[in-house]
Amino acid sequence: MSDATRATHGVDFGRRELRVETPRLAWAIPHRSLIVSGALAIVVLVFGVASMSIGSYDVSFADVVRALVDPNVDPDSRQVVFEWRFPRVLFAVLCGAALALSGGIFQSLTRNPLGSPDIIGFGVGAQFGVTLVMVVLGLNTYMFKAAGALVGGLVTALIVYVLAMKRTVSSFRLIIVGIGVSAGLGSLTSWILISVSVEKAMMAATWGAGSIASLGFDQLIPAALVFAVVAVAALPLNRTLPVLEMGDDAATALGVHPGRTRFLAMVLGVALVALVTAAAGPISFIALAAPQISQRLTRTNTPMGMAPLMLTGAALVVVSDAAAQLLFVPVGVVTVSIGGVYLAWLLATQYARRA
Amino acid sequence: MTLTAEERGRAAAPLSATSESKPRRRGWVLGAGLLVVCGVLVATVIASLAVGSRAIDPQTVIAALFSYDEEDPLHLMVRELRVPRTVYGILIGAALAVCGGLIQAFTRNPLADPGILGVNAGASFAVTFAVGVLGLTAPGAYVPFALGGAFALTVLVYALGSFGPSGATPMKLTLAGVALGAAFTGFTTAIVLQNNSTLQVMRFWGVGSVAGRDLADLAWAAPLIGLGLLLGMLSARSLNALALGDDLAQALGARIRFTRVTVIIAVTLLAGTAVAAAGPIGFVGIMIPHAVRWFTGPDQRWVLAYSLIVGAAFLLLADILGRIALPNGELRVGIVTGLLGAPVLIALVRRRQVSGL
Repeated sequence: MSDATRATHGVDFGRRELRVETPRLAWAIPHRSLIVSGALAIVVLVFGVASMSIGSYDVSFADVVRALVDPNVDPDSRQVVFEWRFPRVLFAVLCGAALALSGGIFQSLTRNPLGSPDIIGFGVGAQFGVTLVMVVLGLNTYMFKAAGALVGGLVTALIVYVLAMKRTVSSFRLIIVGIGVSAGLGSLTSWILISVSVEKAMMAATWGAGSIASLGFDQLIPAALVFAVVAVAALPLNRTLPVLEMGDDAATALGVHPGRTRFLAMVLGVALVALVTAAAGPISFIALAAPQISQRLTRTNTPMGMAPLMLTGAALVVVSDAAAQLLFVPVGVVTVSIGGVYLAWLLATQYARRA
Repeated sequence: MTLTAEERGRAAAPLSATSESKPRRRGWVLGAGLLVVCGVLVATVIASLAVGSRAIDPQTVIAALFSYDEEDPLHLMVRELRVPRTVYGILIGAALAVCGGLIQAFTRNPLADPGILGVNAGASFAVTFAVGVLGLTAPGAYVPFALGGAFALTVLVYALGSFGPSGATPMKLTLAGVALGAAFTGFTTAIVLQNNSTLQVMRFWGVGSVAGRDLADLAWAAPLIGLGLLLGMLSARSLNALALGDDLAQALGARIRFTRVTVIIAVTLLAGTAVAAAGPIGFVGIMIPHAVRWFTGPDQRWVLAYSLIVGAAFLLLADILGRIALPNGELRVGIVTGLLGAPVLIALVRRRQVSGL
């Protein structure tokens, strides 16, 4: 890494960076971003292991690690930790990373900290779609739920954008339209729930709370594969979206194709939320809060920075899920509570009268 | 009614906070407009008595009200079913809309709704607790819980929001309200998911309705709502002063702390009673004051007066639509307000600038 220490060219941005240069590629990674990502990874690991020691079957911290790495350990604890609790933690990591990335993409696209799938009604739309599929059509498999969440969320987000569009999308209009559309769809969902049998309503309500408790490797593997594909496809966005934030003309001049980039970003962002929603139900606020938190931690000027961003999301969900297990509630209940505080602060600061 | 305060005093209303460069409407235009919306309300009341699964012509309605005949089934229907429902609709609609106007002016946040102080979340949680943990089943038994929960959580929000040297600033209260509201909504969900019987009750209670009550229940709701409306109307002028910022308001002689406490009491009375009497009905509180401000401008005295009338009319209208929307059965009013309110709000926000505070 002797190249790294030799700042031979380029502009000094006042950040200490790690430079990696090969004949074909060059990266400059700010030190701060590395440190933040490392710290978040440690948080994810520690809380992940801690959350696997919580439950009615008592496993100590050390035994969790042992059960994970050594297949010949006491079969009971291997079963509990590896088969039951491990997939749940992996799901928490996956959901957090996917939601955070999706939030980052949307916030970068809308250039607005409120441009999250939560606000533009994606979650409510997905919930409506899933409720329709589960309760009215009686289809309760992962693929159908995923399709319902995807179509419902996509259509809702599209409707909100189209309705909020008026030359530009002002953030205030976006929020008001989002509130309106969410209220309308929420009413429809309630209507469905009060006109079906209590068992069906319970099914939909449990899903609607957002839980990863009952998920195992069977659901994890397809979700992880889809996530891997989407995340790789999203890699170029890490460079192009921050450029696009400067405006279409500047982006074009720098060799970024605005229309194509925007379309790709929208598709990937929606796919990420749909993936999580289908598996776990609506886990709210992560997409809203994670990009802002990671942006502040790394002190950058864009919500996009994939590694710290996804790690922030993963840390948020893993910690929330550990808390959820201690409190015996679904993880969505915890994220709603945490997110409420965040949203209050955001609204208060954004709409406080600047006297 | 308590509208005399509105007719008094034409002190210049504070300038709008947003970039609205619209000249202020004249007083007589606003007064005439108020008469028009009162007319609309009267028409809605008559419709609410006449329309339903069985249409009754207006003459019969008037006869049922003024020359009551116990033998006539139509008279009985009007008296026993539709009058209570209509009175409830007027009260709840007015309470929610005025409450929304107050809370938007108070927090200086045009996006605020009555739920922001955690009132609905508190009521829902208390009812869920009564049903799920204590096992109450009679619908009448929820009312004290809903009221108690609403008041308790507001007190909690106020306590949490008044930390620090500056006391209970609107921003801190909003923060505390949204945070505690979200948390308690989470707790409610957690209890509801424990068993089917709780969900069975809560999925119906969770969608507000003004049907199936009788007038005797109004004995406790009407005075509380009346008091809330009165306090709200009396705070209107001080709220106009507060819109200029705390320092200027102080200079103009507004009693800031007193106004804040009064408004919070009014909001809690209105929202708490409404949710206890009818269950949570969304959207009226956020939408009506908004829509009204586009016409009246930022003077709170007019905003609240209009909100009172328009809110009552809107809720009655939503209830009427719910009665006739389906070929068989009814749509609960809480569902209709959401479905009806969404397009209206979106149309308004696309057409005009944001209504300033």
